[in-house]
Amino acid sequence: MAWTREQMAARAARELEDGFYVNLGIGIPTLVSNYIPDGMSVQLQSENGMLGMGPFPFEGEEDPDLINAGKQTITALPTTSYFSSADSFAMIRGGHINLSILGAMQVAENGDLANWMIPGKMVKGMGGAMDLVAGVKRVVVVMEHVAKNKDGSESAKLLKACDLPLTGTHVVDMVITDLGVFTIDKKGDGGMTLIELADGVTEEEVRAKTEAAYTVALAA
Amino acid sequence: MKKVFSDPTSALAGLLRDDMTIMCGGFGLCGIPDELIEAVKASGVKGLTVVSNNAGVDGVGLGKLLETRQVRKMISSYVGENKEFARQFLAGELEIEFNPQGTLAERIRAGGAGIPAFFTKTGVGTKVAEGKEVREFDGEDYVMERGLFADLALVHAYQGDTEGNLAYRLTARNFNPMMATAAKVTVAQVEHLVQPGEIDAANIHTPGIYVKRIVHVPIREKRIEQRTTRKRAEGAAAGGGQI
Repeated sequence: MAWTREQMAARAARELEDGFYVNLGIGIPTLVSNYIPDGMSVQLQSENGMLGMGPFPFEGEEDPDLINAGKQTITALPTTSYFSSADSFAMIRGGHINLSILGAMQVAENGDLANWMIPGKMVKGMGGAMDLVAGVKRVVVVMEHVAKNKDGSESAKLLKACDLPLTGTHVVDMVITDLGVFTIDKKGDGGMTLIELADGVTEEEVRAKTEAAYTVALAA
Repeated sequence: MKKVFSDPTSALAGLLRDDMTIMCGGFGLCGIPDELIEAVKASGVKGLTVVSNNAGVDGVGLGKLLETRQVRKMISSYVGENKEFARQFLAGELEIEFNPQGTLAERIRAGGAGIPAFFTKTGVGTKVAEGKEVREFDGEDYVMERGLFADLALVHAYQGDTEGNLAYRLTARNFNPMMATAAKVTVAQVEHLVQPGEIDAANIHTPGIYVKRIVHVPIREKRIEQRTTRKRAEGAAAGGGQI
């Protein structure tokens, strides 16, 4: 059995460390906040201009002036601070955020990432994704291992080279999919390495669904 | 010099003309100068270039100016929430320049601070860097981006005093402080208009030097784009909560 969205989020949460400042993208990455271990201090950054993001408000307590980067109503914590979007991206671009966890359409074996546009389709814009992958020290992608096409076929998302327009080059450190976990030596020559398999998933299945070249170094 | 105007229309009197560039504060529908946008719509001015992180939703915020075809070009980072925007864009009626969100914020900050250009890592090796100078600093590539300066900035603040000093509330701050600095004329709509001294001077986010005109728009119903809540029985996770 491949991992569920919740299991992928739980696996991504193992990349958190005490004292980390973290930016979570929309979708599965948002679920990571449910798996922060008890007793670990992790502050979540929202790129519209907030550090120390709290949970969703109770019904009836929503404040239109208090939203996250997904425009969802949220709450503050005793640790919260607010700032402008320029200050927020100075924090991101300046390398002060420890970890960015985000989704992707494609990742290449050299760490290139594509997650903002499909030519010929309506383009919504990159938002803060290009700034996050360029500026945050460590970038973890959480995504389905393959894309399911309308005709029922599947396309690989872990590629030798991305064919969609890039969000960043040599930026991804780790990819967590429903089938397993890969590390990428994004600035060096080490390439991509399969380090974990999801429960019940075989190396053969991963091989069949991955276009990118990778080495295998599974933990015993 | 009197900065306080009685209503949004008089606050914009003499400032609007066709083909001008307008900066518009806000993130999503949070902290947008909605009544000033309404006054721009009513003026009928057209051919506008609008600098704003988003483009409102249908019928709200900048969505109003899109409906009336008053916008020629948007400079934004994300515009996904607006059907009329998509229709005009796909029909070739509307031009869009996408900027990474942090690059957009910094272009505005730089424009207001007298900095004509800067270098950033963001977008190197992507479409965003095409046609722009790329320079190596300390072994890494950076792309040159230009500062942005507009004819007019429209901002929203929680409190403003009669001298134009502004304070924002929570995440409604977003792009408003930079935009207030980056235009020939800045007009602020404020929820609470107070006397000088009533905002703690250490907590003024935008000093009055940047604000030429101010108009009091009392609290109205603010729109929420994505209403997300949790049940009272649920525990308080450190962030996010159940989706």
